[in-house]
Amino acid sequence: MIRGEGMRTMHDDPIPAIRRELDEDRAHDGTASKRDAVIRLEDVHLTFDEPILSGVSLEARRGETLMVAGESGSGKSTILKLILRLLLPDSGRIQVLGHDVIHLTFAEALDLRRHIGMVFQNAALFDSMTIFENVAYPLRENRDLEDDELERIVRERLEFVDLEPDRVMHQLPSQLSGGMRKRVGIARAIATDPEVVLYDEPTAGLDPLTIGTINDLIRKLQRELKVTSIIVTHDIRAGFRVAQRVNLLREGRIVFDGSPEDMVVANDPYIQEFLS
Amino acid sequence: MDGFTATVEQRIRGVSTGVYEYFTLARRAIGFIFARPFYWRDTLIQMDRIGVGSLPIVVLTGLFTGMVLALQSSVELSNFGADVYIGNLVGASMVRELGPVLCALMVAGRSASGIAAELGSMRVTEQIDALQSFGTDPIKKLVTPRLLAGLLMLPILTIIADLIGIVGGMVIAVFRIGMTADAYFTGVLNALAAPGFVLGIFPKDFVTGLLKPFVFGGIITLTASYYGLSTRGGTEGVGDAATRSVVTCSVLILAVDYFMTQVLLVVLGQA
Repeated sequence: MIRGEGMRTMHDDPIPAIRRELDEDRAHDGTASKRDAVIRLEDVHLTFDEPILSGVSLEARRGETLMVAGESGSGKSTILKLILRLLLPDSGRIQVLGHDVIHLTFAEALDLRRHIGMVFQNAALFDSMTIFENVAYPLRENRDLEDDELERIVRERLEFVDLEPDRVMHQLPSQLSGGMRKRVGIARAIATDPEVVLYDEPTAGLDPLTIGTINDLIRKLQRELKVTSIIVTHDIRAGFRVAQRVNLLREGRIVFDGSPEDMVVANDPYIQEFLS
Repeated sequence: MDGFTATVEQRIRGVSTGVYEYFTLARRAIGFIFARPFYWRDTLIQMDRIGVGSLPIVVLTGLFTGMVLALQSSVELSNFGADVYIGNLVGASMVRELGPVLCALMVAGRSASGIAAELGSMRVTEQIDALQSFGTDPIKKLVTPRLLAGLLMLPILTIIADLIGIVGGMVIAVFRIGMTADAYFTGVLNALAAPGFVLGIFPKDFVTGLLKPFVFGGIITLTASYYGLSTRGGTEGVGDAATRSVVTCSVLILAVDYFMTQVLLVVLGQA
């Protein structure tokens, strides 16, 4: 695995704007690398018809945003499903919030998932429910709240993702644009104040302006709620704007672990090809 | 030859895995009927969809089945001067077999495809994964309410189909054959009373006629849910799941009907 080391001068940096944004974020929070691991995968192997993961090891530290990048079909989303225990690995260890995920019972796994928010690739909103019901769903499932309190939290979360509650609450997901649906997906994921938020291709299929909005939102979440996040994406440039650390997945293995700046200047031909 | 053996082996393994998964789903869905939290609202919605939604098609099926049964039997029975027994024939046929089976086949055609398509599309759009990520068991949230709705609504729909079928037979008996309604209904009641009573109150035919739809309701909802939750491969997979659920439900209904009839004839002392 390549550990990120600075190898080029600032003059050679191909994406200075990204670097500036990252510097601003680190000014807010510069101690990510010193914190303990909230999620840790050790030597995880998984094979379906062919090997998907071949000894993946990674960790996300408390409060940091880790991007797992890789080509389409490289097993990125599978990692998120393993963390949520929607899948079990053939071998290896997975620790989430201090729990050994593989040895949890089904009921214990359901309980653990209540501490994790997941933003799905296509938002995965329940299409038979209104936006209000979608955001309220995790609250109804996991907390015993009065209707007023429920509505207050739903409104708060929708405002957090820059949506007007009165405008969208009673609409169905099919009546919203892709970017709005994604924002509702984020509002729903953070409804119960999870300690960890997982994003599966949060900017896939969106226009550049909406990608910017979603990235701003992820950074806002990072700054204001201090959640630990893992972002899985193949859109490395969008990911650079929000991640503090990058893991690059190739053929079922992590081949790079380092900061976005280190990745940009890495001398590996595959990484440079991936970035281009 | 090795390739053929491997294919057969793979096929058998696939089928046995499928059967195991089906029964695991059934066991868990039934177990959740008695476990908190109860999704009453979802159950009521499903009762409306499966029960009220299927009512028009069940009424039409019952009506025309009763009418054609009376019409066809009148032709044969009149050859022997026995057309007075039309009520007996329509009553026994509707309550014992045609009501439960045709009603179940109609609901299978309508609701099984709907359930499989709905759950299948939830599967391919990651809504099932989303449910799980919020700590919800999808079997409890999605399958158990549908199972409960099927178990409760199929017997009710069957009673309606039976009644409408008997009334349909009466229309033909009275207006085409010239029987009195009184004679027709006496025949129906005689046919139902002939095999005897359970607990001295419930006609045996009526009991078997209600046990069957109860089981069929379970088969329809569980089979459709199984295919829906197992959907793979996008929209094509959703269509495939809907088709397979209807075909499997129909075959299972007919096969289980035969075996249930055999068992019930022995248990209720009619064999």
